[in-house]
Amino acid sequence: MNRITRRSFTAMAGAAGAALAMPNLAFGAAARVAVVGGGFGGATAARYLKRLDKQLDVTLIEPSRKFVTCPFSNLVLGGLRDMNSITHGYEGLAKGGVRVVHATVQGVDPTAKRLSLSTGTPVNYDKLILSPGMDLNFGALPGYDRAAADRLPHAWKAGSQTLLLKRQIEAMPNGGTVIMVCPDNPYRCPPGPYERASMIAHYLKSKKPKSKILMFDAKESFSKQGLFQEGWKEVYGNMIEWLPGKAGGKVLSVDAKAMTVKTEFGDHKGAVINVIPPQRAGEIARAAGFANDAGWCPVEFDSFQSKMNPDVHVIGDASIAGQMPKSGFSANSQAKVAAIAIILGLSGKKPPSPALANTCYSLVAPKYGISVANVYRVTDKGLVSVEGGVSPAGAPAAVRGREATYAEGWYASITQDMFG
Amino acid sequence: MIARTWMPALMALAGAAAAAMPSAAQTPPTSLALSCAACHGTDGKSPGSIPTLDGRSVKEMKEALTGFKNGTRQSTVMNRMAKAYTDQEIAALAEYFSKMK
Repeated sequence: MNRITRRSFTAMAGAAGAALAMPNLAFGAAARVAVVGGGFGGATAARYLKRLDKQLDVTLIEPSRKFVTCPFSNLVLGGLRDMNSITHGYEGLAKGGVRVVHATVQGVDPTAKRLSLSTGTPVNYDKLILSPGMDLNFGALPGYDRAAADRLPHAWKAGSQTLLLKRQIEAMPNGGTVIMVCPDNPYRCPPGPYERASMIAHYLKSKKPKSKILMFDAKESFSKQGLFQEGWKEVYGNMIEWLPGKAGGKVLSVDAKAMTVKTEFGDHKGAVINVIPPQRAGEIARAAGFANDAGWCPVEFDSFQSKMNPDVHVIGDASIAGQMPKSGFSANSQAKVAAIAIILGLSGKKPPSPALANTCYSLVAPKYGISVANVYRVTDKGLVSVEGGVSPAGAPAAVRGREATYAEGWYASITQDMFG
Repeated sequence: MIARTWMPALMALAGAAAAAMPSAAQTPPTSLALSCAACHGTDGKSPGSIPTLDGRSVKEMKEALTGFKNGTRQSTVMNRMAKAYTDQEIAALAEYFSKMK
């Protein structure tokens, strides 16, 4: 594993300055852009690099042949969707001219500008986009390690974990308690835990109506809180109970054998325990030295260029993106900003001031959608929301219904925008 | 071919943006429009329930976006989003999507 030393970093920063003055297109060779991670950020970046400049040599490196989206995986828990409908392949990207390599990146050599891969064949790049997503920080919550996740699923990376949680909920008795452990900020998909509680409640309401959902939260408040709580009361009565950090929500440890979570108020037993643990940038970004002490990657907001290395851009969950939430939509928006900045940068031009966007739809129930939508720009206060907000409180059922329909429309659009 | 037409536009607009003062930086239409795709589909061609944008007339798009911005036209998300764009940017977006076929 190559690491960036202070010396090599300084040398690199100087070299990058020279490269701008003397473009690497000198002999007519196409510039090489490597994209690591084939999720919302990486797939979008690869597709748009090629769409914006078809001369570019774009390689996408992603270990999985199929991508299961976290968005809409809560709908699988609720029985509204099946796994197949949230699983996508990379054929469309390959057809669009992206070289798709299914491998794990084992190291970044920022001096040689080379990635070492599990296949043994390295990939050289002129510019690198890292979109590794987040890693679950196993060990940060006492009692919650990789082995514990086999009994207490996180289901915060969609796939087998989603199905494990679903099976557990289907197998638990009527009257059992589903415990959810929710992390402090920042984490992937701020409204996600609350949509999940809604979708589990939707299933329980018809199949196991005596059951309860008990949410232990490290936070004092959460995304779209008023709207969620309004919807929960209306649709599920008292089935969902949410405990903020200071009111006993803070979980001190979990015990996978005893099926308990410990708080200052004692031990609580669950029939099913879903632990969404603390997170940090995907390992490759941290190992290569692009993350700060908190485990996330600082970037320039007009380009998502790493503050640690000018030839590297970090997008999506792994990046520190000002006020933008860690969401698939954010990653998609950031991918386009990075693609534009890279294409312009290869000709020695500066990126324009960007306007980024995010909309997160959540389903409270099948025909009950709510949203938060914002536009973000770079100001002297950083990357901030300039306009936006949440759905209106107390809106008629028709409005909630329309937002549920648009949530489906959003999913169809963004997955097509990523994968072609 | 879209890829062919985007590049010069991107370059020209970035040049203009770079020449301007940082505080008065402008966002070129391509950069603005790419964000719309996440809901409205690539190039505004929505595959699902969200309205398409491609090929709509400049007049129709300007009226819709201005209406969302001023609150004279009701929507779900667009009332919240449209406020973020200047009238100039709305005109540029309308122009951009009118050319998408």
